[in-house]
Amino acid sequence: MTEAIASSWTTGTVREVERFGETYVRLRIEVADRHDHVPGQHYVVRLRAPDGYTAQRSYSLASDPADPLIELMVECLPRGEVSGFLHDVVEAGDELELRGPIGRWFVWGGEVPSLCVAGGSGVVPFISMLRYARRMGTASHLTIVASAQTRERLPYIEELEEFGAFIALTRENHGDRVAAHIYPDELAELSKGIERAYVCGSAGFVSFVGRSLGEAGVPSDIVRVEQFGATG
Amino acid sequence: MANFTRGFTGGARRGGDTRLPPGQYDTGATWPVLTAELTPTIDLETWTMTVDGLVEKPTTWDWRGIHALPSSSYFGDIHCVTTWTKFDTTFAGVSVDALLEIAKPKPEATHVMATSTTGYNTNLPLDDITGGKAWIVWEFDGKPLAPEHGGPVRLLVPHLYFWKSAKWITRIELMDHDEQGFWERNGYHDRGDPWLEQRYQGDA
Ligand SMILES: Cc1cc2nc3c(=O)[nH]c(=O)nc-3n(C[C@H](O)[C@H](O)[C@H](O)COP(=O)(O)OP(=O)(O)OC[C@H]3O[C@@H](n4cnc5c(N)ncnc54)[C@H](O)[C@@H]3O)c2cc1C
Repeated sequence: MTEAIASSWTTGTVREVERFGETYVRLRIEVADRHDHVPGQHYVVRLRAPDGYTAQRSYSLASDPADPLIELMVECLPRGEVSGFLHDVVEAGDELELRGPIGRWFVWGGEVPSLCVAGGSGVVPFISMLRYARRMGTASHLTIVASAQTRERLPYIEELEEFGAFIALTRENHGDRVAAHIYPDELAELSKGIERAYVCGSAGFVSFVGRSLGEAGVPSDIVRVEQFGATG
Repeated sequence: MANFTRGFTGGARRGGDTRLPPGQYDTGATWPVLTAELTPTIDLETWTMTVDGLVEKPTTWDWRGIHALPSSSYFGDIHCVTTWTKFDTTFAGVSVDALLEIAKPKPEATHVMATSTTGYNTNLPLDDITGGKAWIVWEFDGKPLAPEHGGPVRLLVPHLYFWKSAKWITRIELMDHDEQGFWERNGYHDRGDPWLEQRYQGDA
């Protein structure tokens, strides 16, 4: 798949900024000297103050590799240094220092039948996988489960619904499904025939889903994990 | 591009705390978990620790055997690549020096590969695990090390990012060359010095 090329810092020009209430901001960025990514990979964004102070954080790509722009979806955390800046300050036309794509473990090349389980912003890498699968005609290899407290807190919910993702909201009903965490029974049903599972979200979410997958009979050695947020 | 980011002056993290490496924040009393795999269950009856490869005397210790070695502890800070730093931790176990004193590295050994029971592995220069810089630990703050933090037993190399401190350690192999481990193949830095912010392949 990808070669072990070390990416170097480059410049991205923000082309589109869309804010979703207080919670999420979507950035679409044109990257100079861009290397193709594999769905699941991330970029590092580095902010630099006039006195040289820097702050850098990782953000997964939501975009298909064939998209001419890269797309990030950032959850605005309370007092978050980088997410707060991306939410409150960034405008189209701004330039950002970027590095990527990074990561060769939490990636999906399109062939392996997989179950993806996301909590909140953890859905971002799976959006890249979903878009890629749709384009390549391999959507039948991808089962997505996405969980959040409410619709508002689940980015890309319409796109997920359209794809046929299983949606588990914990604080409001979703269609016929009563508000609840994901049940092991649900995972057991959804994991039939899979050869790999990906879990992405906060540390708490990842350990909860890890246990539930175990109860659902998914062997732990096919599970790949990525954790987000301050508890990364 | 301009040599700074428009509108950015820095947020809550620029405290100027000299104990924090660049880009790190103080996680306080909490201890977040970073893992690529689910937590395994390890049976202390069958667990062993092996030092082999380029040594005069490849050696394997069981749980009781490793506890018979002189105990050693670490008091200080730990730094995770996911940007948290935890101050003033206490770990207890044995110094890696004690194991190497018995196994006796051959002169041509320059690097090691540390391997977990899960198959996770990570590479380190030999210099980074000798001279009182690395431990095999089973206690944190006076209590048995919890499984999600690598218990019952993990490697501790506190001067490097914490993914180098392989959880669920079972083997250290000495080699005459460097070879990438799990995270290193997957994009992380070969050495991982937090003070130089060596997070990913390609960082200085
Ligand atoms: C591989 C990877 C991919 C990721 N992808 C995404 C993604 O697609 N979308 C996304 O939204 N996020 C993603 N993240 C998370 C992201 O990298 C950041 O961690 C997140 O945006 C928070 O950064 P921040 O600078 O806004 O917050 P930080 O300033 O780092 O703070 C985070 C939280 O910790 C608390 N905190 C910070 N400093 C302190 C302190 N000194 N004392 C007490 N509390 C403190 C803050 O209150 C805040 O709520 C990803 C992480 C990884 C590792």
